[in-house]
Amino acid sequence: MGVLEWFDSNLVSIVDGVAYGLLLFTLATGLSLVFGMMDVLNLAHGTLYLAGAYLAYLLSDGSWGGILAAIAVGVAAGAGGGALLTVMTQPLARRGHLDQALLTIGVALIGAEVFVLVSHGDPLPATEPAALDISISLAGHTYPAYRLVFIGVAALLTVLVYLIFERSTLGALVRATVSDREMVQALGVDTRRVLLAVFAFGGALAAVGGVLGAPIIGPAPGVDESVLVLSLVVIVVGGLGSIRGALLGALYIGQVQSMGVVLLPEYAPFLIFGSMFLVLALRPQGLVSLARTA
Amino acid sequence: MTRTADVQIEEPVTAPAQTSFTARWLPGTRPRVIAMLVLAVLLVAPWIADIYTISIMSRILVMALLTVSVSFLTGVSGLPTLGQAAFFGIGGYTAALLSLAGYGIGPVQVLAGLTLGALVALATGSVVVRSRGVTFLMLTFAVGELFHSAAAVSRDLTGGTDGLPGIPPVVPLPGMAALTNDGLVFYYVLAVFLPLFLLTEIVVRSPFGLALRSIRDNEARMRATGYPVNRYLLAGYGMAGGLAGAAGALWVSVLRYVSPSDLGFSMAAFALLAAVIGGLGSMWGACAGAALVILVRDYIGGEHISVAGRTVTGPLLLGVLFIVVVYLLPRGIAGIRTQLASRTPGKAADS
Amino acid sequence: MTPLLQLRNVKRDFGSLCAVDNVSFSVRSGARHALIGPNGAGKSTLFNLVGGSLSVSSGVIVFDGKDITGEPEHARARLGIARTFQHSSVFLHGTLVENVLVGVARQAGVGASWFGAALRRRALVDRCIRLLDLVGLQNRYTMPAGALSHGERRQLELAMALGTEPRLLLLDEPAAGMSQAETARFTELIAGLPTDVTVLLIEHDLDVVFELADTVTVLHLGGHLATGSPEEIRGDSEVQRAYLGAAVLEDLFETAGSDS
Repeated sequence: MGVLEWFDSNLVSIVDGVAYGLLLFTLATGLSLVFGMMDVLNLAHGTLYLAGAYLAYLLSDGSWGGILAAIAVGVAAGAGGGALLTVMTQPLARRGHLDQALLTIGVALIGAEVFVLVSHGDPLPATEPAALDISISLAGHTYPAYRLVFIGVAALLTVLVYLIFERSTLGALVRATVSDREMVQALGVDTRRVLLAVFAFGGALAAVGGVLGAPIIGPAPGVDESVLVLSLVVIVVGGLGSIRGALLGALYIGQVQSMGVVLLPEYAPFLIFGSMFLVLALRPQGLVSLARTA
Repeated sequence: MTRTADVQIEEPVTAPAQTSFTARWLPGTRPRVIAMLVLAVLLVAPWIADIYTISIMSRILVMALLTVSVSFLTGVSGLPTLGQAAFFGIGGYTAALLSLAGYGIGPVQVLAGLTLGALVALATGSVVVRSRGVTFLMLTFAVGELFHSAAAVSRDLTGGTDGLPGIPPVVPLPGMAALTNDGLVFYYVLAVFLPLFLLTEIVVRSPFGLALRSIRDNEARMRATGYPVNRYLLAGYGMAGGLAGAAGALWVSVLRYVSPSDLGFSMAAFALLAAVIGGLGSMWGACAGAALVILVRDYIGGEHISVAGRTVTGPLLLGVLFIVVVYLLPRGIAGIRTQLASRTPGKAADS
Repeated sequence: MTPLLQLRNVKRDFGSLCAVDNVSFSVRSGARHALIGPNGAGKSTLFNLVGGSLSVSSGVIVFDGKDITGEPEHARARLGIARTFQHSSVFLHGTLVENVLVGVARQAGVGASWFGAALRRRALVDRCIRLLDLVGLQNRYTMPAGALSHGERRQLELAMALGTEPRLLLLDEPAAGMSQAETARFTELIAGLPTDVTVLLIEHDLDVVFELADTVTVLHLGGHLATGSPEEIRGDSEVQRAYLGAAVLEDLFETAGSDS
């Protein structure tokens, strides 16, 4: 089998992998920046995704207005959640990662139970806009139009995030805070406000990821944990605190996840956690190290 | 050792200081009295408690042993781990397979689980103990997930995701009858738990334990003092793996079932969080933390309390517990004493 | 008498910066050897190379006739090299006795023992208490080291180093942060050590150097400038010239020392 044939027969999985990867990126970015900047391991990040996906289920009724409303509410809820978590983790700043883990897992457990209460433990269907609920032809394969549009929108978001954090002065401030918080503080910047803004931004991004991703990974019990675990892998593989690293890691894990399921069902976890193990054992700073982006 | 004696400037009056020193450092009478009381309650419990309570107590003891292994690694040696469930699962499957093959004798299963847990820990540890902090946490997490996936995939050996049901009841000693009574199973678990717990307490106080605590405190100084730091940490990792393996073997005797979820992320996370709640580095604190987690999640949560018409489930209560502990008990249950002491003036708490 | 420690063309680069450049000198067994030079001369780096917390870029380090260049740090400590750090390095969470006991237990060969409470080993604990008394930390045995002042931490560090029964004692600015009384006591203590403990010390306080040392080595910008008796170093015109005409050597060292 030639390369082209192989490519052709696996096209759907590859495109799925891109969609999956970009979805993980929306989660991993916030997780990575928050960890890189304030050394906070936010294990409630998957809950923000779940909240976004649940909002999509509630508000998205097949109309364009529905999904826009869901996005707007998702941004507000995600940003609010991020801000709340900043306030909650602030008193623990000097107490190490395990206390933060205890706190944020506590929040995640409560979030998961609240979801079970409202959903009665069942996966909830989320509708995409009716105009996109069609299949189109992709190089001879039928493919859901929504996923292609999702890839487009998520790619736009990615470019936006990249431009903000790597090209703007605001981004320079954030990156400076990642690499040397004391120095930025000494320059007269209130780093707590930078942290609050980044946490809120990361939360909003995760919730929007949930709203848009709901038709792909819908709101269901356990989704918060599985997307959290995959995002952790993404940022560990990519390198903590780096946007480029998060993107590379997310696209890689997206491909492993979707191709793995096609080619080696059951063995995808080995690829994912094996990659994580190897990266940590051989290059603990991640594939894209903090030093290069900061 | 005469060098310093040569330059002894004056013979100081150390004799009274020494006695007070030893007296202050060795376990006093009050902890002993409390330990005796707890033991008495444990011994009496099967005669008065109902079956459900007793099975919860057996589970608490097993989880306590797993949490002790996590607290030993995380609190004493300074290596935060999310991978102890892997060794717990290895011990569990070892005991289950032995039991299904007709080797029902409990202590043999525990010993096998302990040995295999320790060996696998030593094998993976040579890579893992080179890292520290969050990297160590993530590496052990990856190891845990790899073993978790392996248990789900190797159907011939482990029964895949269905696990291994129908494990025969445990035989405590050769020639004795299998234990079908929950109270007797509890006594068996207690009889295995106690020596392992005491052994860990002894190791924590030994020079090896002192070395591990000192490595956590100041690694560079330990190297300059002549300690091959990573070899010590590997030994500690192996010991913790053995304890987790023994706990896994006990788990199978209690539940008579083992499945990949016993090696899963939530098992590892609960053990780590129970160790944090108990107060990292304190072995009895670890047991108290495990007891609190199981009581809240399975015992109180299992009763399905209603608040304002809604059922409050175990995980929800557990989430609330985690948040409350973080803010109110910064040093965990074991730190309550110093926390109280630091409030009364004149008694300085250590930093 | 054969030298206890020999450095042959020892070099250490950090990228393009050469922190220690081709340094060779020997430390005689039983010596009280001082290492002086302004900040950035490479003194602490040299200590790290001898102690083994840094590896050399090139060159050979010989200790007691044995090439230890490739030996890891802990193995060098076991051969009898003990040190104190520029910023004192103690176990902040341990008690004073535990701080000293770690080294004492290792030296007694029971550091890896899994059984028998460390603090019940009467002979070892007694030895720790004697060492603590010796360095002037009486009756605070169960205090956590984190509660000590900086000067006291230096005293504790010395007790910890002596607890390993060293043959070579590396002291990195031991008197920094000590009061005058503490410095005097410390100088007396070092002077009183038996001659089977060889001392190599970095010190900015030239009073301490000239009172203690029988040999002085001057480092400058990573290179070896001179080794000789205190009198020779005091009168060495090359040493003075190398400092770009600094009139009085003492002044230069005092200034360099006070802003460190």
